[in-house]
Amino acid sequence: MNKNSNSYQILYAAIMVIVVGAVLALVATSLKPRQQDNIANDTRKQILSAIHQSAPSDDQVEATFNKFIVCDYLVDTTGAKVDTTRNCAFDVNMKTNIKEEHPKLPVFEANVDGATKYIIPMYGAGLWGPIWGYVAVNDDGKTIYGAYFSHASETPGLGAEIESENFQKRFNDKTLRYQDGQVATPSVEKKGTGDDQIDAVTGATITSKGVDAMFKKCLAPYAAFFASKGNGQQACDKHDCEKPDCDKPACCQQGECKK
Amino acid sequence: MLSKRNKEVLFNPLSNDNPVLVQILGICSALAVTVKLEPAIVMGLSVIVVLSFSNVIISLMRKTIPTSIRIIVQLVVVAALVIMVQQFLQAFSYDVSKQLSVFVGLIITNCILMGRLEAFALNNKPWPSFLDGVGNGLGYMIVLVIIAFFRELLGSGTLFGLTVIPNWCYEHGYMNNGLMILPPMALITAACIIWVHRSRNKDLQEKSN
Repeated sequence: MNKNSNSYQILYAAIMVIVVGAVLALVATSLKPRQQDNIANDTRKQILSAIHQSAPSDDQVEATFNKFIVCDYLVDTTGAKVDTTRNCAFDVNMKTNIKEEHPKLPVFEANVDGATKYIIPMYGAGLWGPIWGYVAVNDDGKTIYGAYFSHASETPGLGAEIESENFQKRFNDKTLRYQDGQVATPSVEKKGTGDDQIDAVTGATITSKGVDAMFKKCLAPYAAFFASKGNGQQACDKHDCEKPDCDKPACCQQGECKK
Repeated sequence: MLSKRNKEVLFNPLSNDNPVLVQILGICSALAVTVKLEPAIVMGLSVIVVLSFSNVIISLMRKTIPTSIRIIVQLVVVAALVIMVQQFLQAFSYDVSKQLSVFVGLIITNCILMGRLEAFALNNKPWPSFLDGVGNGLGYMIVLVIIAFFRELLGSGTLFGLTVIPNWCYEHGYMNNGLMILPPMALITAACIIWVHRSRNKDLQEKSN
């Protein structure tokens, strides 16, 4: 058979492509359930690291997640819950969601040692590719409890440092401020040390700016949600409601506050 | 199993016929993955796997491949293997796949693969081709590890992510060299390694006119 005839070459190429295509399709479909499990577990791990928790082993990620994360829901830009189906916050694609006019905003509510934390997913652009993360906010709606960041392809040793604990712990206990219904997030800048500033990664200016932009863009629609969590007010105390001179009606259920 | 010729096929690429140092192939990926030791090693291992198996597959097919479309056939085989490695990593070792992300895809464009398929696997039986793949992959990995060692040590003061430069050095004014993290220093380090390697192997030196 003439190996260099046109018909042989065309036939050869066609058969090769069909065989390779079939093998790849088979591999991809048979491994897909495992890969999706891995991705879901990885998301759970990332959410857990925003509240400084980790699973003892890879099999226990889901159990640990269910232990700490009490519920998840979607809120709209006025802070009202629109969907409380279990795991509904999981399926939100932050990449497209954040661009919409009326985004449905996912919130994971966690319980760490009796205190409630709200975990918000973030998505943005770094230097070479996407970056994303989770930020956990205390129940006062303004103190950051913890943050987690990851990236697709930032430079190892430079931009990739946003994934390190050393960078992430700089967010702990920083303050979110509110002005005219807008949230002012801590800014990531060189040598930032104030309680609304975060020290940027040396040598990774563009990635740091990306984190800063992501933070501001993704937290802004939550302004009303956080405002409803007692921002600007003193912490609630149930005993206040029984006092005759109760002055915090927002803390008490209807009719409880005597005033 | 390991005749004299097969041994040469396996061990020559480690030094005398090193793909990076002597044939100057695969430089682009040597530059991309050598900032830290860990990705460099995993990248080296992935190249060994992909190179040895694509060598075997091409060697098995060598009598049927039409000469005019052989490059396309090689590319399809390499690309299919790389995608399979990526899929398996995602299913069974998700953390590693996350670390390697784009680097695994880079293997497709690694000139060492096409070079070995073209120069060796097309004309040799499967077993020597397999050894050739392992040998060249190892030769590539050794160079990556040496470059990554110096870049991580001098650029970040760590090895495998652990700090090795003691604190008192920093207190006395020592600073990590940020330049080592940038790509040009990979080429300069590679050039230094080639220099040392050539000066120790006289027969590799080009004759001056």
